[in-house]
Formats: sequence, structure tokens, C-alpha cells
Amino acid sequence: MRYVDEFRDGRAAHAIAAELRTLVVPGEHVKLMEVCGGHTHAIYRHGLDALLPEEIELVHGPGCPVCVIPMGRVDDAISIAERPEVTFASFGDMLRVPGGRRRSLLEAKARGADVRTVYSPLDALAIAQREPEREVVFFGVGFETTAPATALTLLRARELGVENFSVFCNHVLIGPALRAILDSPDAEIDGFVGPGHVSTVIGTAPYGFVAREYGRPVVVSGFEPNDILQAIAMLLRQLRDGRCEIENEYGRVVREEGNPEAIAAMARAFSIRPDFEWRGLGPIPHSGLRIADELADWDAERRFEVPGARIEDAKACRCGDVLRGRAKPWECSVFATACTPEKPLGTCMVSAEGACAAYYAYGRHHR
Amino acid sequence: MCLGIPGQVVEPPIGGLARIDVSGVRREVSVAFVPDVQPGDWVLVHVGFALAKIDEEEARATLDLLAEAIAAELA
Ligand code: SF4
Repeated sequence: MRYVDEFRDGRAAHAIAAELRTLVVPGEHVKLMEVCGGHTHAIYRHGLDALLPEEIELVHGPGCPVCVIPMGRVDDAISIAERPEVTFASFGDMLRVPGGRRRSLLEAKARGADVRTVYSPLDALAIAQREPEREVVFFGVGFETTAPATALTLLRARELGVENFSVFCNHVLIGPALRAILDSPDAEIDGFVGPGHVSTVIGTAPYGFVAREYGRPVVVSGFEPNDILQAIAMLLRQLRDGRCEIENEYGRVVREEGNPEAIAAMARAFSIRPDFEWRGLGPIPHSGLRIADELADWDAERRFEVPGARIEDAKACRCGDVLRGRAKPWECSVFATACTPEKPLGTCMVSAEGACAAYYAYGRHHR
Repeated sequence: MCLGIPGQVVEPPIGGLARIDVSGVRREVSVAFVPDVQPGDWVLVHVGFALAKIDEEEARATLDLLAEAIAAELA
């Protein structure tokens, strides 16, 4: 088994699609949110939207780490990167994210900043060990999928005594973001396709509040086309039976308790911020991670001064509505005109996991 | 960055690191979060870290459900 092709069988996809047609009542409107940008990408890449009965509407959630980073934090990253002593190490897809005045890390690099792309935070730590005369700063971004990697790298830096290494920490938590979406007055989402990879770390239990407090089902799903279709069918079966539970379609990877080692590393390396600003969603309480006091020496925010400014999103930009599932990308007036993957105005257009980028790449320019 | 990729462990881990074959490319990956992996095991790799072991039995269970869906559709 290679764990990919087996979950792409077209016959199974059509069989699930046929079942979905029996699970909806003609004329009803079922609104499901796929929380994770990886799901959004897979849905359009494999054309799954075309297989769904028209009663089912998929809206795209906030689970794209590139999309939710506010412009002020990008500007802070640029200000650190532009310091002459700093080597700024980042995942590639953060480099094109526009900050205030549409400036990005990539432009800072073009102007001479030492910005390097890394695949893993451990690569950034290795640069610091190889080049002890440089101040190496890693741009820590992402949900609970990447946060444990940053946590372990920080712990390792302390263990090895690497003093010229630090992390600019922007890690965020999926639970509080889901709550913010459920609390927004016009949410009206009937169920959630739960994020698969975040759940490998946190498990399925943390979604319990969605069912208990908000009465909405969650089905954690894998990323292959038949995983996603199956998760949608499981959600509809719950809705038909009047059930509201947290189910797991991705049992081959996600366990109820998650990954205890990864959770423990995060608990050691981070503490929870009182609140953290999300692009388009505004400040969300207890939704962001900062570096724990005992690792303060490796915290770039404490090592360097950053502007820390809050910058309003551009007027034309509807990223906030897209991230909340209130607008489709093509409803944004600059979609595919002033905002394209080559020259993004909003963050949802930058990463392949962003809804606007997925719509653009797979030709969903209109309904 | 959020997408994990399945990879297969090719050599026994040394010092928390293991060589993993990810779609034909061999990478050194941290296995600190999946301490009991052995050569031959499949893991899900994220930004240089194996985050979960892939459970073959569970994978088969999901595939059985998909096969049932096909059978039901043909019936
Ligand atoms: S098209 Fe661009 S500006 Fe508009 S919502 Fe999408 S990313 Fe934001």
C-alpha cells in the first residue's frame, strides 16, 4: 500500500456521489465548511465540487496558515529580516505574502536582506550552527501541524546551546478559530469537514465543543479525493439521522488522543497568548502561541524590536469574508484582476492552500 | 506547508533521525514524535518531522468502506 492511489479510485468517488444524492432532500441547502486549506486545494484539484449534488454548498475555512497571518506581522518579519546581522529563514510560501504597502519578504530579499527558504525549522537551526557569525531567525508560522516542529527545534537549540538562533513565533490554534467562526452571527454552517493533519497532533477530542455547544457535527478527513467525499457522506448521514458527533474518517493517521509527544513538546516550548490577531477575522482570544518564558532567550520578539503595528486590510480585499465562508473568491472585486498568484493583494491568493489561489488555479473564475 | 506527505522509513532511526523515502526522494527526517518506528513503517511527514505512523489496518478499513460503496452502487 502506498496510501495515495488507493484512495483515488474513480468508481468509489462516483458511488459516494450517488449515495450523496440520496442523502439530500431536493431543494434544501446544506452548507458545509472544510476547515483546512489542504482540503480546499484537493477539492478543486480533483474537481470534487462537480460531483456534489447542488443542494450541498462547500465553504472554505480559515485553515490556511499563510492566509491568516495579519499584515502587521509580515511587516514585523520584514523589519527583522532587514537587519544587517540577520539571516531570516522561512518556509517558501510565506515569502510572497504582502504586508503593508504590498511589500513582501521576497522584495526585502531583492533589496538585499538575507532571506532564505527552508523546508524545516531544523534546517534553520543547522544554518545557525554552520554560520555562528549570523543571527538566524526562523519565521514560525502554521497551526498545530507545524508548531510541534518549531517547539522541538527550540528545545534542541537550548540543549545544544545555539545562541545565534531565535524564532519569530506566529503559530496559531485551530480550536479558537473555529469558535470565532461559529460565534459570528451569520455563520449558518451545518457541519465541518475537520482538518486532517492538525488532528494528527491534537486528536479528535478538542472538537467536542463544536457538537456539544454549537450542535454541529465534525468529521475529520484525509486528503485524498475519496477521503473527502466519504467525510461529506458521513456528515450528511449524521444530519439525516439527527446525530451530532465528532467522527473520524482518517483513522489511518488520526487517533482520538492525537500525538502525545508532539503535544508535550508544544506545552514545553510555548505559552498561549491572551489574544492574537488573524487576518480578516480580527483578534481572537487564546488563539496564538508565544515562546515560553524559560525559552525567552530564543524568542526573536524579545531579542529584536519590532514595529508591532496593526495594519488594516486593503478596502477591496475580502479575505476576511472568504476565510469565514461568507464570500466566494469570485465575489471579490479584485479577484483575478488586481489580485493574482503572481501579484497577490490578499493572502488567500498566495498559498496553494488559499481558497482564492485554488479557485484561480483550477479555473473557478465564476460560479 | 500544512500538507503532510506519506513516506516509508528505510533505515533504523539513529539519534532521533531516520532516512525516509518520500515519493522516491530520500530525506533525513526527525522521528522524535513517533519514537517506535521501524524500517518499513509508513509515516506522515510534515516540515521535516514524522508526525504520525500510518496504520495499515485502519487504511484497509477505510478502503473496505469504499469497496462497499462501489458494491452498493452496482447492486
Ligand atoms: S481575491 Fe485577493 S483580495 Fe480578494 S479575497 Fe481573494 S486574496 Fe483577498
